[in-house]
Amino acid sequence: MRILVCIKQVPDSAQIRVHPVTNTIMRQGVPTIINPYDLFSLEEALRLRDKFGGEVTVLTMGPPMASDSLRKTLAIGADRAVLLTDRFFAGSDTLATTYALAQAIRKVEGTFGRQDIVFAGKQTIDGDTAQVGPGIAKRLNLLQLTYVSKIAECDPEKGEITVERRSEGGVQVLHTKLPCLVTMLEGSNEVRRGAIDDALRAARAEIVTWSAKDAEISDLTKCGLKGSPTIVKKVFAPSPRSERAAFIEPEKTAADTAEKLIEAMFARQPKLEAEMHKLASGL
Amino acid sequence: MSGTPAPTPAPVASRASAKKELPEHFRDYKHVWVFIELERGDVHPVSWELLGEGRKLADKLGVQLASVVLGAPGDATNAAVAESFRYGADVAYLVEHPVLADYRNEPYSKAMTQLVNAHKPEILLLGATTLGRDLAGSVATTLLTGLTADCTELAVDADGSLAATRPTFGGSLLCTIYTLNYRPQMATIRPRVMPMPEREENRTGRVVPFAPDLREEEIITKILKFIPDRDSAKSNLAFADIVVAGGLGLQSAENFQLIRNLAATLGAEFGGSRPLVQKGWMTSDRQIGQTGKTIRPKLYIAAGISGAIQHRVGVEGADCIVAINTDKNASIFDFAHIGIVSDAIRLLPALTEAFRFRLSPHQRDRLAG
Repeated sequence: MRILVCIKQVPDSAQIRVHPVTNTIMRQGVPTIINPYDLFSLEEALRLRDKFGGEVTVLTMGPPMASDSLRKTLAIGADRAVLLTDRFFAGSDTLATTYALAQAIRKVEGTFGRQDIVFAGKQTIDGDTAQVGPGIAKRLNLLQLTYVSKIAECDPEKGEITVERRSEGGVQVLHTKLPCLVTMLEGSNEVRRGAIDDALRAARAEIVTWSAKDAEISDLTKCGLKGSPTIVKKVFAPSPRSERAAFIEPEKTAADTAEKLIEAMFARQPKLEAEMHKLASGL
Repeated sequence: MSGTPAPTPAPVASRASAKKELPEHFRDYKHVWVFIELERGDVHPVSWELLGEGRKLADKLGVQLASVVLGAPGDATNAAVAESFRYGADVAYLVEHPVLADYRNEPYSKAMTQLVNAHKPEILLLGATTLGRDLAGSVATTLLTGLTADCTELAVDADGSLAATRPTFGGSLLCTIYTLNYRPQMATIRPRVMPMPEREENRTGRVVPFAPDLREEEIITKILKFIPDRDSAKSNLAFADIVVAGGLGLQSAENFQLIRNLAATLGAEFGGSRPLVQKGWMTSDRQIGQTGKTIRPKLYIAAGISGAIQHRVGVEGADCIVAINTDKNASIFDFAHIGIVSDAIRLLPALTEAFRFRLSPHQRDRLAG
């Protein structure tokens, strides 16, 4: 089985700070990580490979630095890593991103063979759009399975797959044909720690690095800012409410403070007490 | 599409330097559409919320508001169409086909794309649910247009462009995004971000049937079965009247019990901020914020939550926000209505006790008398 996994290197969002004066993102020194949602897809890909044989190729588009994340996926157990990097891709929105990635996947297939499944993360933690997976599927005409909580069955010989997919209010059990695109739900598996052998291999491994030209992406008007239908016009910090919170001074005992706080709530929302009585008594 | 005249607002000012003349073939894209999410006979409430928001956009643009209902022929689709008029739609596109009985990406994205190409909306809104996100990404890519995910605010500019605002960079900033030179302008909006509009019992509208070109034998993906969630497993967070939530200020998983205790006393739902899920103190269906649930309760008590924008956008619709935090400079006090600088771990048990007394039947009788 040949499986491709798309990942993204993202800033560790817990550590992002906004400059207090200029309101711009302070990117310097913010550590980068593999988008956590991608790891569930990587793990699922590795499990399929371990079961059926074959190879897992990891692909990312990003700055040259993104090779760090690719190397980590090799250490976890991926067989090959491809970095798509070119200044033409700078400023890509999701539509331009899916164009470039889809072209690169075609190039991967031309170079290393046809892929049975393409995995992507459910969404990223920096963009949070959940649009890139479906976009790649549409561009490559792959059947699309998003929010997958479990791969119930997979038969590479017959080219069939059955999955459980999270939907509103329940789980859909879907049967479809390969090749397809899958995004895994978080928590659907436990991501492995890489073996020592893999770590050693990863340290020496060559990352396949492609420019737009290498990946045979000829139509640069579909890439980067130029190829992006959406335009970010404004980035701004949220404005505080015109009035700050009305502060309650704590009393000597927590009990008195609690009383005072409840009085303040009921004073502000006169109907609240009656409604809370109803709720509390289970009416 | 004909019907009531739809005056095109004249461009008042060239706001954006990036704005070119809208290409000729996009100029007849008009009207605001809302995708009505109908699954197993029920419409997801986010669809009505979006009709409320779509109504405002359509009125500002001087165009019509249309609902889009996809499904198998039958009572459910007709009921959804009628209900969409009550929530503000002028027109309903009714796309019925047996293949559309349950949601599947292939037939739904095909039908939706065919409808857009035939009737050309300028704005298309969908709920940011698992279904809405799955569908929107496919449709936007097929149409090669822009799609803005998880918007928290929508507005129409002087020149008629949709300004879609959403949190960005892990929720530390907001950004406003435009799709200037492509149509339709697409956006997904999370459930409960927009208020539920008034329902007008006698309001009605015009139904436009649309026959999609679909054949079951061409659809590869089959639904083997649907396993509904057990009711007990579902939290009612999004629709609760009172919500109590905790953050990292609680300091330990054990202290999260204090949140549960207060919630149980109040008959409220409980939840928490994103770091609590990452720490494993709480399951992800209880997460409140941009990547979790959006809530609109009458009372929201936030204990030990710092109030990052990612959390803020999930709770701003609350009538009354009470914040308890030891840091008087915490962002949560910028949008809370009532604040108290105090240690939640000490205050929560006292608050639970005080509420228990206040809400006891004896006290209720006193209130009633």
